[in-house]
Amino acid sequence: MRYVLSVYQGCDAGEFLAAAGRAGELVDVQVFADPALSSVVRDGGVGDGPYLRDAEQVACQYVVDCDGRERAVALAALISGGRGVEVRPLMASAGLEM
Amino acid sequence: MPERFEGLLRELAPQVLGVLLHRYGGFEECEDAVQEALLAAAVQWPEQGVPDSPRSWLITVASRRLIDQLRSEQARRRRETVAALQDVPSEPAPDDLLTLLFLCCHPALTPASQVALTLRAVAGLTTAEVARAFLLPEATMGPRISRAKQRIKAAGATFTPPTDTERLDAVLHVLYLIFNEGYTAGSGPDLHRGDLTSEAIRLTRTVHRSLPGDGEVAGLLALMLLTDARRPARTTPDGALIPLADQDRSLWNRALIAEGTTLITDAMSTAPLGPYQLQAAIAALHVEAPHADATDWEQIRILYTILTRIAPNPMATLNHAIAIAMTEGPTAALTLLNSLDTDPRLSHHHRLHAVRAHLQELAGDPTSAHTNYLLAARLTTSLPEQHYLHQKANNLKKPKENGTTQAWP
Repeated sequence: MRYVLSVYQGCDAGEFLAAAGRAGELVDVQVFADPALSSVVRDGGVGDGPYLRDAEQVACQYVVDCDGRERAVALAALISGGRGVEVRPLMASAGLEM
Repeated sequence: MPERFEGLLRELAPQVLGVLLHRYGGFEECEDAVQEALLAAAVQWPEQGVPDSPRSWLITVASRRLIDQLRSEQARRRRETVAALQDVPSEPAPDDLLTLLFLCCHPALTPASQVALTLRAVAGLTTAEVARAFLLPEATMGPRISRAKQRIKAAGATFTPPTDTERLDAVLHVLYLIFNEGYTAGSGPDLHRGDLTSEAIRLTRTVHRSLPGDGEVAGLLALMLLTDARRPARTTPDGALIPLADQDRSLWNRALIAEGTTLITDAMSTAPLGPYQLQAAIAALHVEAPHADATDWEQIRILYTILTRIAPNPMATLNHAIAIAMTEGPTAALTLLNSLDTDPRLSHHHRLHAVRAHLQELAGDPTSAHTNYLLAARLTTSLPEQHYLHQKANNLKKPKENGTTQAWP
């Protein structure tokens, strides 16, 4: 199962990165630039970002591949100093007929 | 790797590893050496031809690699190794493969690591191939396999034949996981994942040869064959799922069905009953019906009753409910489903809501069915399943309302 761990503020992910990397569970790391640098393309026009003006902005996203939600949550708990980490499953391209 | 070498190398990999382990011990080091020998073969054989004895060639190269490795570590061990290398290559003990499987499915490992290590050390896939099969970067799969080997070492596990039958359950579960991973794969970018299905069948066949009297091993092999037989019919060319009842049965693989049916019939008449045998027997009943309406649902219902008793699990209960709907009607089945609402393993599971929607549709309650199909679609993490569930929901809408539900992207 794949999960994306979204961090909404500066945090210390060192322990998480080491643990997920060693276990062979870390798939992808994206650190976002400041939202002031983003652009929004809409209705054929281009404007300044961010897209969500009032909401909190994602600072980093980590994709992990692990045995299940419980493990993904345990990995997220290793990220410290931020204001919470959202653990959300990613859609898979595999499926079973019903 | 060219295909004609691939099969040979995968066949030989566990044999060579078995020989090395007998001589030198040290799973981690031996496995690395075998992997290097396999890679060397993949480069050299296409150019220079397959050696007269591919197995001896691999043993020699792997042993050399191992010695090189040990030499750089410790001179004393080197001398012992060189002495050991002068032995005539021994024939692999018939149960080496089984012993290897038990080692790779060690309880100190997570299921994902057991699967990865089994594919590399027993099935003879390279790390890159294992990574590709799971759509993961090699940089993720490499550490996963190394960590698994370190854990086995730390747990003090050795290359000795297993004595405890509980560990066989773990092996069968890992083989089942490998099969499922390949079977659920769609088309397009997932195409080579189907390879996992044939690897799982190949390994299970070997276990079955080692333990011909074990009913559950035979049951698992039969279940795989009977499930795989439906593969050509279970998706449309663009990867959309086709439910069992709507599949074109002329596309089912008759040879696999015949083999699986014989296997499960023999196993059930000679061995104690177990969950894999029951699931295989159910799969056999599905595939022997010439069309969906001819399915022997009464037999299937009885088998699910036994399955939910000897190996209770919520998925079996869901399937049991469908069998009850087909024999006693949807109302009785919906009552059974209500008892599952309080099961924490299932209350947020899309399959509970998908089955409920299906039963409500059968019971003539399209409004509730529509709601529950959409709920199931929201809860699944599978794109093809979500697509299917949206379609089912859309089909229940009146024509003028079509297009108002959440559209499939």
